Amino acid sequence: MHEYVRLDGVTKKFGDFVAVNNVTLSINQGEIFCLLGGSGCGKTTLLRMLAGFDAPTSGSIFIDGQDMAGIPAYERPANMMFQSYALFPHMTAWKNIAFGLEQEKLSRAEIGKRVGAILDIVKMTPYAQRKPHQLSGGQRQRIALARSLVKRPKLLLLDEPLGALDKKLREQTQFELLGIQESLGVTFIVVTHDQEEAMTLATRIGVMNRGEIVQVGTPPDIYEFPSSRFVADFIGSVNMFEGRLIEDEPDHVRIRSDELGAHVYVDHGISAAPGATVWTAIRPEKINIARERPASEDNLVHGIVKEIAYMGDMSMYLVQIDSGRMMRVTRPNIVRQSEDRISWDEAVWLSWHSSSAIVLTQ
Amino acid sequence: MSNDRHYPALSARLASGRVGPLWALLFRLAPPRWSEYVLTHWTGKKLVIAMPYLWLLLFFLVPFLIVFKISFSEARIAMPPYAPLLEWAGNQVVAIKLNMGNYAFLLTDDLYATSYLYSVRVAAISALLCLLIGYPMAYAIARSTPTWRSVFLLLVILPFWTSFLLRVYAWIGLLKSNGVINNVLMALGVIDTPITMMQTDFAVYIGIVYSYLPFMILPLYANLEKHDQTLVEAAADLGARPLKTFLRVTLPLSFPGIVAGVLLVFIPAVGEYVIPSLLGRADQLMIGRVLADEFFSNRDWPVASAVAICMLILLVAPIMVFQRIQSRELEARR
Repeated sequence: MHEYVRLDGVTKKFGDFVAVNNVTLSINQGEIFCLLGGSGCGKTTLLRMLAGFDAPTSGSIFIDGQDMAGIPAYERPANMMFQSYALFPHMTAWKNIAFGLEQEKLSRAEIGKRVGAILDIVKMTPYAQRKPHQLSGGQRQRIALARSLVKRPKLLLLDEPLGALDKKLREQTQFELLGIQESLGVTFIVVTHDQEEAMTLATRIGVMNRGEIVQVGTPPDIYEFPSSRFVADFIGSVNMFEGRLIEDEPDHVRIRSDELGAHVYVDHGISAAPGATVWTAIRPEKINIARERPASEDNLVHGIVKEIAYMGDMSMYLVQIDSGRMMRVTRPNIVRQSEDRISWDEAVWLSWHSSSAIVLTQ
Repeated sequence: MSNDRHYPALSARLASGRVGPLWALLFRLAPPRWSEYVLTHWTGKKLVIAMPYLWLLLFFLVPFLIVFKISFSEARIAMPPYAPLLEWAGNQVVAIKLNMGNYAFLLTDDLYATSYLYSVRVAAISALLCLLIGYPMAYAIARSTPTWRSVFLLLVILPFWTSFLLRVYAWIGLLKSNGVINNVLMALGVIDTPITMMQTDFAVYIGIVYSYLPFMILPLYANLEKHDQTLVEAAADLGARPLKTFLRVTLPLSFPGIVAGVLLVFIPAVGEYVIPSLLGRADQLMIGRVLADEFFSNRDWPVASAVAICMLILLVAPIMVFQRIQSRELEARR
């Protein structure tokens, strides 16, 4: 794969505040790379430096092998789709899209052809003559996308592209974005705080926290093999318990956790000193819930169902385990109706497979 | 009983006992239908809106009608110095005499026409100069940091704290033949003989631009300050250089501010009296000066009124354009 964007120790400071701290990153051509993080984690600052609106305090940015230092936004091979869309309010949708092409000094006919084609792709042809204030949020978003794509950039930067849309429209647009990306072969860098959006869109995700990239990986990597407590906690929901490493073999480890009140058996080794403090994280959907005690010694806790949330496709159980902590368990609702559902205040056994628990050392 | 059904609001109000003496008078004496209407339709919001209208009616429309009436009278040496419109002609006849002569007179003497045109030209050029000077200032203020912004705005408004007349007199001290500017230039050896700046168009432009510049800067600033900076970034991102971005994005978006500023300078400048009287030419009067002379030197109130009416009509057109553009902008913002 061909490397298209490279960040080399990029740092951005605003006064004493370090917005982006020593980020080194490589993004391949044709990739959809998501920068995921909470608000204020520096992801938008990173995107703005790529677009050329802010200059890094130190470090360098390469796009297609070219150092971007000193190159203004209007000469960069990247286009950006803004979170607020930033459509020109005094121009029609058509004029908004044509604006970028007019800067390239293309012929009128060529501009007309390309604007028409991109309007077709985003299915906005009937609205071409409307001004932004006459369009709905979803329509504006499409025009903003068309405007950033019409120049056929090699790199498209998207700042919370779907933030302003409702859930239904969002899902639909996500798949449309994927389709457009595949057919045009553009490299996407998407900034988002929405993990679902990142999971659906991204080929790789970079999780950011306090200006640093804490983990880079494919969506399954990030979800199933988080490298730190922050990532495990930030992506999806998780039951996290502190414990001590009591048995450390190459093929398995055993962790004693007072918070959990049980032993956790994991079927792979880790590299940590015996007796070290570690954390074990178990995803709610990987936990079994049953009235009868399963035949197992490890990965088993007893508790009482305190709360049940019915969410249609699945149900979530909040179980108070004997140590006093709460555990979150989700189960898919496979059958439509069941006589024998687990209900409030029932005593239950929670268990999980030895490959399910994640062991974290930091 | 039937009153309760037909006038529910009135009945409820009377039953509640919360009726002030003036309202009680209305409710007692006026037909109940009126009281019902007042109680149901005169909300607090409407009264608040009615206040400025009432003010304008009393202090703008009524005086205008008086001036309008006088403009159709005949001048005479009396107190007041014009003939009444309505006269008792005897024999049970009331005569209304509408004298069009004042308006006709404005056309016969080309003093009025040239003064009008001169005033419009001076006002237009002054407005343009104010725009050229004020736009960069307003832009710089709008783009500065909030702390500096308030300092700059204060500096723009600061001259208003001194008397307007005093500031115009100060310009005489600067511009006259043995004034500050000429003295300095001569001391530096740039010129041998003083430049005549007083009583020229140049002095009038200086005076008007200086006095009215804040009226240009403030609406422009109010407009530019609201601009979304991401639009400028978006234009740059799409490949537009800074100058192109300004011409295609910032300038068109600031058009309402430009219109407001230009009219705020142009309209009062047309009727400006003090500045051209103190700094301007003696051979070419502005219409404000002509008007004042008709009133106070000639004591020809009807002709003066006719001049005032014509000037108003001359100014109503731009005001209406202004209103149209403003309402269009409001519509676009929705």
